Amino acid sequence: MSDLTKLTIAEAREGLKKKEFSSVELTKAYIEKMEANRKLNAFVLETPEIALAQAKISDEKYAKGTNGILEGIPLGIKDLFCTKGIRTTACSHILDGFEPQYESTVTGKLLEAGASILGKLNLDEFAMGGSNETSYYGPVINPHKAKDSDADLVAGGSSGGSAAAVAADMCAGATGTDTGGSIRQPAAFCGVTGIKPTYGRCSRYGIIAFASSLDQAGPIAKDVRDCAIMLNAMAGYDPKDSTSAKIAVPDFESFLGQNIKGLKVGIPAEYRPDGLNAEISKLWDDGIAKLKEQGAEIVDISLPHTKYALAAYYIIAPAEASSNLARYDGLRYGLRVPGEHLDNMYINSRTEGFGKEVKRRIMIGTYVLSAGYYDAYYLKAQKVRRLIREDFIKAFEKCDVILTPTAPVAAFPIGDKSMQENPINMWLNDVFTVSVNLAGLPGMSLPFGVNAQGLPLGLQLIGKAFDEGTIFKTASALMTEKK
Amino acid sequence: MTGMIIETEKGKWEIICGLEIHCQIISNSKIFSGASTHYGSDANENVAFIDAGMPGMLPSLNERCVYQAVKTGLGLNAQINKYSEFSRKNYFYADLPQGYQITQFRYPIVGEGKVTVDLSDGTAKEIGIERMHIEQDAGKSIHDMAPDKSFIDLNRAGVGLMEIVTKPDFRAPEEAGAFLRKLRSILRYLGTCDGNMDEGSMRCDVNVSVRPLGSNEFRTRCEMKNVNSVKFVMTAIENEARRHIEVYENGGEIAQETRQFDPSTGKTKAMRKKEFAHDYRYFPEPDLLPLVLDDDYIARIKADMPELPDAKKSRFVNELGLTAYDAEVICENKETADFFEKAAKGHDAKKVANWLMGDFFGMLNEKKVELKDSPVSAENLGKLVELVTSNVINGKTAKDVFAIMADTGADPEKIVEEKGLKQVTDTGAIEAIVDEVIASSPDNVAAYKGGKTNLIGWFVGQVMKKSQGKANPGVVNNLLKQKLG
Repeated sequence: MSDLTKLTIAEAREGLKKKEFSSVELTKAYIEKMEANRKLNAFVLETPEIALAQAKISDEKYAKGTNGILEGIPLGIKDLFCTKGIRTTACSHILDGFEPQYESTVTGKLLEAGASILGKLNLDEFAMGGSNETSYYGPVINPHKAKDSDADLVAGGSSGGSAAAVAADMCAGATGTDTGGSIRQPAAFCGVTGIKPTYGRCSRYGIIAFASSLDQAGPIAKDVRDCAIMLNAMAGYDPKDSTSAKIAVPDFESFLGQNIKGLKVGIPAEYRPDGLNAEISKLWDDGIAKLKEQGAEIVDISLPHTKYALAAYYIIAPAEASSNLARYDGLRYGLRVPGEHLDNMYINSRTEGFGKEVKRRIMIGTYVLSAGYYDAYYLKAQKVRRLIREDFIKAFEKCDVILTPTAPVAAFPIGDKSMQENPINMWLNDVFTVSVNLAGLPGMSLPFGVNAQGLPLGLQLIGKAFDEGTIFKTASALMTEKK
Repeated sequence: MTGMIIETEKGKWEIICGLEIHCQIISNSKIFSGASTHYGSDANENVAFIDAGMPGMLPSLNERCVYQAVKTGLGLNAQINKYSEFSRKNYFYADLPQGYQITQFRYPIVGEGKVTVDLSDGTAKEIGIERMHIEQDAGKSIHDMAPDKSFIDLNRAGVGLMEIVTKPDFRAPEEAGAFLRKLRSILRYLGTCDGNMDEGSMRCDVNVSVRPLGSNEFRTRCEMKNVNSVKFVMTAIENEARRHIEVYENGGEIAQETRQFDPSTGKTKAMRKKEFAHDYRYFPEPDLLPLVLDDDYIARIKADMPELPDAKKSRFVNELGLTAYDAEVICENKETADFFEKAAKGHDAKKVANWLMGDFFGMLNEKKVELKDSPVSAENLGKLVELVTSNVINGKTAKDVFAIMADTGADPEKIVEEKGLKQVTDTGAIEAIVDEVIASSPDNVAAYKGGKTNLIGWFVGQVMKKSQGKANPGVVNNLLKQKLG
C-alpha cells in the first residue's frame, strides 16, 4: 500500500468511504510518521492511544454509514486549544500539567465531525512569537532546508508546530490560531495552506486567550480543499462566545473551481515597499499573472494606513494579553512557586512560569494601559485600528479580493542573531498579516512558489468580512495545476 | 431642612457626603456564568469554569441581570442608556480569579436619576443619582481557618452587582440614613435586590468631606468602604466629618485616602493612601459586545414596573384618606402595604390603618412573628374593623375579639357569633336596664341632679356591666342623659 499520509483529507475520506483502507490503518500510518519526525519537535504531546481508539469508532461508523464529514481523519491540535482530559499548556511553563475539564468549541466540533486527535502541537508561548522559538518546549524545526545550507530553519509562528506537522505529513490537517499572522506566516514558511477566517467565524470558547479582539481559529492543511473541509466543521455561531457571529456558514468547498472571470483582484501599493525582496516581488507578479490569465481583473488599490498597522498591533495585542494572562497566578492550576506572602507567590510563580517574550508583552501591555499613558497609546492605537478597517472597506468598494505576499521573508535559521537581539526585527515579519487581524477580515496563505534556495514562499488572499467563499474561489484558481 | 451644621468655638461647618452602594442583583444565575447565586451553599459549590478563571473560558451576559438593572434604573427615575459597554478593572487578588473584574466604566447602563427622601421634620429632599453600572462580585477570602493559610470561596465570584453612585448631595447623616432606607424600599418593591446589609447583599461606601458653612468649595474627601448598616453609615459620616474639622482647625490637611470604619468604636482609621492606590488599567472588555438596548425592551420593562413607594404613598393619602405619616410607615415595606390594602378593601381605610399600626403591629412584636406568618389575616383584620364601624360590636369588645383572633386565627364574625358578643342597640332593652339602674341608686341620682354630672360615667358603667358589655355605649349615654334630665 502506498504512503497513506501523502493523501489529502479529501482523498483519504474517499479511500475510507470506499473501504480501500481503514481509519485504523490511516491513523497508524500517521502515528509512525509522527514518531519518525520527532526531531522536528512539532508535537509537544502525542496521544496515539486516543487517536487509535477514535479510529476504531470511526471504522464502525463507516461500516454503519453514520460517518461524519471528517470521520476517521487524524488531526494535530495546536496546544492553545483546551482539550478535555488532554494536557493543554499553551507551551508555557506556567501551565505545567494543566488538564482542562472542558473541550474548546472548535475541537469539540472537529471531534463531532469524526476527526481524531493525534496529539498537541508546539507553538510560541501563549502564541506570542513569529518563529516558534519562544515555546517552553523548544523551537519547531522546519521540514524544509535551504539548498546550500544544513542549518535548521524556523517553522514560523506562532502555529509553527501545526505548519511543520502538516508539511511533514505527521497529521492530515491541524488547527491553528491567528492573532497577527500566526496561521498564515508559518503556513508560508512550511509550504502549506492556512486560512484565518473572519473574526467571529469560529468560536474562541476554550482557546487560551492571547489578544481577545484579534484571536481567531483556523485550519492549516495540505491544500485549499482540505482547508475548506476543515473550516466547514470548525465554523459557526456559539452562544458561549459573545463575539462569535450569528451568520450562516456556507459550504466553503462549494466555492472551489468556480469561474473567476471578471473577479476584481486588488493589489495594494503599500505592500510593495522599495526594499521588498525581489523573489517575493516576482512571486507576487506571477500570482497576478495567473489570475489575469483566468479572466480576473487586476485593480490597483491603496491601504494608506498600512504603515501604522504594526505599531497599533503591538500596542493592542500586548494590552489585551497583559490582562488575559493575569489569571496565571499560581493559585488554582499550573505552576506554583511558593512565597512568603500572596504577592511573593505571584511574583515567584510568574517570574519562573513566563518566558522572556511573554514578559516583554505583559510589560508593554501594562504600560500602555496605565493611567496617563492610556490615551497616548491604547486609545490612539484603537483609532488607527478604525482607520485601517475603513481603508479596507474603501478598497473593497473597488475589488472583491486582495492579493499580497504573506511574509516579507522566507524561513530563516533558528537562533537568528538580529532577531534575538532586537525583537522589532522579529515583529517586522508580521508586516503583511497584522492589518487583516486589526480589520477582523479573513486571510489565507497559499504555497505559491519557492525561492532560489528552494524554500517555500506564500501569497496571501484577503477577503471581505464573512466572504471566505471568494477567497476559496480565488485560491483554487491560483493553485490549479500547481499541486 | 438645611442639613447638619457642626459648630465649634472657631466656626460653623457643613458636611458634604456621597454614597456608593453595591447591590447584589436578584437572579438565579451569575451575571456571566450559569452557576447558581444561592446564598448559604457549601464553599465553592456554585462555581462555573469562568468563575474560577480557567484558561480559555469566556463570559456570556445573563440577560436577567440586564433586565433587573434597567428596572432598577427606572425605579431611580434615571436615564436608561441604550448603549453601554463592559470594561475590565485589572488588579491581582486571590479572590479575583481572572485577575480583573468585569464592570462598566465609561459607558454605564444607567445615567442620572433622582430619589426623594422624607426627613423627620416633615420636609422632603431630592438626592441626585450620578450613575449606576453593573459588574461582577469577587469571591471571599477566609483568613481565620488556619494560622498560616488563607482559604478562598468562589461562590460569590461572578454574582451580579449594581453599583449605585449618588451625587454628593447629603448634608446630614440623617439624609443618608433616609436615603438608604428609601433605596432599600425601592429595590425590594422592584424585586431587584433583597437589600440585606447584614448579609452583604447591599454594601455601602461612604465619601465624606466638610467645608466652612456658606462656602461653595469641595475639599478633599475620604472614603469608608463597606459600612454595614444604616446606623453605622450615619455614625461614620458624623464622626468622619468631626475628624476633618478637628484636623482643619488645628491647621492640618486631609489626605485623600480610604479609611475603615470600626463599628465597635464608631471611629475610622486609615487603610491605604491614594499614592499606594491601584492603577486599575481599565479598558473595554474584548470578550463582550457593547450592550445595546432597544426602545421596545425598555418599554416592556416599564410595563412590568410595580407601583413604587412614593406613588403608593400619595395614593393612600389622596384616595384612602391616610395621613402622610401613616402612609409613609405603611409604604416603606411592600408586604405591609399589600397587607394593608387587602385589609382595607371595602372597609374604613383610616380605621384599618389605626388598627394595623397599633394593636396589629403590637401583636406581631409581642409574638415575635413576621408579617407573613401573622395569625391574623388581612381579611380578618378588615372584618374586625367593619364589625366596629357598623356598630355590631363596640371598641372594647373589638379588643377582646382581636386577642382571640391573635391566639386562634379565627374569623372575627364567628367569634362574635359564637360568644354572643353582638352589642345591644335595641333601645327598649337598654331602657329597661337604665330604668333598673336609676331605680336602684336614688342617692347617686340625687347627687347627679344636684350638679355632680360627672357621675354619668358611673351610671354608664353600671348599665354596661348589667348588659355584659353588649349595650351600645352611645345609646346608653343618650338614654341616661334623657332620664336624669
